[in-house]
Amino acid sequence: MSGRSTKSKIAALLKEMRATTNSPLTFMEVCGTHTMSIARHGIKSLLPPNVKIVSGPGCPVCVTSAGDLERALSLADRPDVVVATFGDMIKVPGRERSLASARNVQVIYSPLDALALAERTPDKQVVLLGIGFETTAPLMAATLLEAKRRELGNLLLLSMHKLVPPALRLLLADPQCGLSGFLLPGHVSAIVGRAYYDFLKPYGVASVIAGFDPLDLMESLYLLVKSAHEGNTTPVNNYPRVVNEGGNTKALALLEQVFQPVDSSWRGIGIIPASGLALTPDFASFDAATRFGLSTEELPEPPGCLCGSILMGKRLPSDCLHFGKRCTPSFPVGPCMVSTEGTCAAWFKYNLGA
Amino acid sequence: MCLAVPVEVKQVGPNETLPEGRAEVEIDGVTLQVGTALVERVAVGDWVLLHAGYIIEVLSQEKAQDQLSLFKEFYERVGEPHER
Repeated sequence: MSGRSTKSKIAALLKEMRATTNSPLTFMEVCGTHTMSIARHGIKSLLPPNVKIVSGPGCPVCVTSAGDLERALSLADRPDVVVATFGDMIKVPGRERSLASARNVQVIYSPLDALALAERTPDKQVVLLGIGFETTAPLMAATLLEAKRRELGNLLLLSMHKLVPPALRLLLADPQCGLSGFLLPGHVSAIVGRAYYDFLKPYGVASVIAGFDPLDLMESLYLLVKSAHEGNTTPVNNYPRVVNEGGNTKALALLEQVFQPVDSSWRGIGIIPASGLALTPDFASFDAATRFGLSTEELPEPPGCLCGSILMGKRLPSDCLHFGKRCTPSFPVGPCMVSTEGTCAAWFKYNLGA
Repeated sequence: MCLAVPVEVKQVGPNETLPEGRAEVEIDGVTLQVGTALVERVAVGDWVLLHAGYIIEVLSQEKAQDQLSLFKEFYERVGEPHER
């Protein structure tokens, strides 16, 4: 560092933010990890009154549709199947229950754990739940490629992966959102690179790729204020220690080899065209939905749950009748309270509505 | 969920203990086998970014320097006294 403490740097950034403009500005963070970091470090309480941050649809568990969850649940009771999933999905309430109470579920840290599990249990079909954005989908692609190379026939994928750009386009097309810019996800960007976001330019909004520590966030918010004030619509990379211009070309090539865009249903938002990832014909034999003939039915949200509007930044958790009453992290109603990165979970944990 | 952490690479496969496509990293004294399929090259001693058991980026001194230089001029310009 340049010899100056983080505290004094943050003070200088806030001072410059205030000096730059008094105009009201609303930015959205589109990454669940940012949501938690902003809440944990009390960033919102530091900002000048004209600068607001709202949370967006960046928590993969939160945007997984009720229909996709039921499809996963329908597999988890089959005696010939083990569902392998990241722990975040376990507590999400389905129509009647969650994966936590299903018979054959294994929590994994990495898709490689599912590969090892498939190898150890040749009499079971191991179904990997494909959750996550551009950061996580390449890991699934690499794992399936390895399974193919090793001729492992009992590893399958239920792909519920989502892509960031279609959601950003939808948000910008909605006149109610009124956003001045986006705090772009740091680790999605490690894969996709800065130039991936150049599609944002015609929308006339500011955007900055940010890291996750308090100084990263403050510097990026200052750059957002500056870009919005100056009318700079070129996405800025403020996380160059991890993110480059063109992204991780090897990971992107794997993504393209294994997946292709498909219409996808987002929880509380509905179907967004070409916003999901399905397996390409070469990898169709790994598709759990085809193998088990799963229904494509979509389901309504739990009554009264505002997750959809909260994910779009239109409503706040405190607007929801269930928040903190019927819906708490121990007994969640909707996914925004379940995931540790959900907006409602962050509000509850850090008492943001107070 | 897109959590990723910097870790140091201790071994790279294939060798006696690791297969092709794996490296060994250490996190807080715990060693872990991780996938290397998403990066072109990785060597012992590299610092890498780890996400859900795969290396997604190799970090470098130059990249760290790029980060520091981004706001160097800003902090010099706003010129408050150095605290350390």
